[in-house]
Amino acid sequence: MTDAAPALAPPASRRLTPAFLVGAALVGLHVAVGLLTLVWTPYDPAAMTGGRLAPPSLLHWAGTDRLGRDLFTEIMIGARIALAVGSGAVAIAAAIGVTVGLLAAFASRAVDDVLAATLDILIAFPTLLLAMLIVAAGDGANLGTAILAIGIAASAIVARLTRILARRVLAMDYITAARVSGTSWLGIVRIHVLPNIWPTLIVNFALQFGLAVIAEASLSYLGLGAPPPNASWGRLLQEAQATVYTAPFGAIAPGIALVSLVIGLNLFADGLRDVADPTRRRR
Amino acid sequence: MLIAAAVLFLLLRLLPGDPANALVSVGADADQIEAARRQVGSDLPIAAQFVRYLGQLGRFDLGASFVSGVPVLEEIGRRLTLTLPLTALAFLSAVLLALPLGILAAVKRDRWYGGLISIVSQFGVAVPVFWIGILLVTAFAVKLRLFPSSGFPPSGWRDPLTALHQLALPILTIALVMSASLIRYVRSATLDVIGSDYLRTARALGAGYGEALVRHGIRNGAVPVISILGIELASTLLGAVVVERVFSLPGLGSMLLSGIEQRDYPSVQGVLFVSTLLVLLVGFAADLTQRLVDPRLRGPSGARS
Repeated sequence: MTDAAPALAPPASRRLTPAFLVGAALVGLHVAVGLLTLVWTPYDPAAMTGGRLAPPSLLHWAGTDRLGRDLFTEIMIGARIALAVGSGAVAIAAAIGVTVGLLAAFASRAVDDVLAATLDILIAFPTLLLAMLIVAAGDGANLGTAILAIGIAASAIVARLTRILARRVLAMDYITAARVSGTSWLGIVRIHVLPNIWPTLIVNFALQFGLAVIAEASLSYLGLGAPPPNASWGRLLQEAQATVYTAPFGAIAPGIALVSLVIGLNLFADGLRDVADPTRRRR
Repeated sequence: MLIAAAVLFLLLRLLPGDPANALVSVGADADQIEAARRQVGSDLPIAAQFVRYLGQLGRFDLGASFVSGVPVLEEIGRRLTLTLPLTALAFLSAVLLALPLGILAAVKRDRWYGGLISIVSQFGVAVPVFWIGILLVTAFAVKLRLFPSSGFPPSGWRDPLTALHQLALPILTIALVMSASLIRYVRSATLDVIGSDYLRTARALGAGYGEALVRHGIRNGAVPVISILGIELASTLLGAVVVERVFSLPGLGSMLLSGIEQRDYPSVQGVLFVSTLLVLLVGFAADLTQRLVDPRLRGPSGARS
């Protein structure tokens, strides 16, 4: 049907790099843990199950926090929150970004110029900063505003990428042919543009997912994320920093959880890129 | 610049919440709210507010903080004396770290240490700034007690050694995070150069490997790296928010954060305006440098992307 279709379904044995498999395994582990916390956690996350600020032990794999709650339980729940924020933010960024990007690509030159300049300026601000402003403007911090803020902030990047990719496709001869033969612009988007830009966009979504996870942790760290009892990794790290002199181990485990998810996502994205675009195989 | 000012203004104004809320107490009656709105000018139609805002910008009047009453520009100036040196020193260290390591990772990519550099930098881009900060605090402030964990001496830069000692960990934090992504760019730019025809030609004409790389590689490899440097520097300036929170430094970022927490719109707007200005300046400087390095970019007009 499209040029992209054969590239998306390669002979799996030759194209899947070890890095991709490691990435997929890491992401899969986090997803499994996140889903598991919906039905089971080692301890009740709110219960005081041990001594305060206890070091890691067989009973408490990551130790306990300043109220004596099991840190490993909280980190497991953190995986669920990170994944929820990541997927929510990417969904929002994709919905807004792809729409705006396509509109810009189809719009008249003047509208396109204005949109492109606005996007460039929005992109000059780090995602985190935009998200901070959006959170600040909302009614207090909660999980919903964090997802919305990160999603909106990331949508500018998606929109710019979509615009560039779509313009490249629109310059092709077969688009002219489609236009001449009377295909509506929505038809052109559905039949020609989306299938062609989809592989690159998916790779970008995976990268954005990782950035969203970091952004959420940073917002929580700054006290602008989901409030307690949501055990966000960022908030765990912030609490750990407060007790760094008495319990320096508390900052290790949540950070490892966070980094392993983001690295998993990055490796996964790299692997997807190799699959989607054989010309960009890594050296 | 005008577009940037407009975007900032709209972003802050179209969001819910009236800036006058910062001025009145919770139980204020309608008259008090109306007076507060008149005082901050939010009773005017949005277009009139924008004209007023532009007029103030033209006179470099960023207003006074709702909370402390101090002129915003004065406060920003004071805080820039911390944030600018912090950013500049971190940037410098990152470049000094990333350039040799990135080139090494590309040239020696078949050796174990070339691969190691790539893998470590891969980790580096996935690590949030504040976690590195906390780990450095744990290692150097808590365990080794070499550096203080937070704060900045009130004497400021009059005592440069103390100030530097205080800033060592924040600088290291930013430099590590920044160099991780820089190394990746330097490495791929170097790889492009190594794979190029002109380098092979130079080698065929008898130049040694190192000589060919220095004479032909640096100038060619520098162009894409400079534009990345510009972007990185800009995002470090704006990203100082998190690092300043980790080390409780009284810089521009913490001014922004407390402004947001206290709904102090003039402060937030001022900080964002000044940082946008700085970001645009950095971008302009990066453009200029690129033109110096690459004569092809000195054409009559830039190509449209």
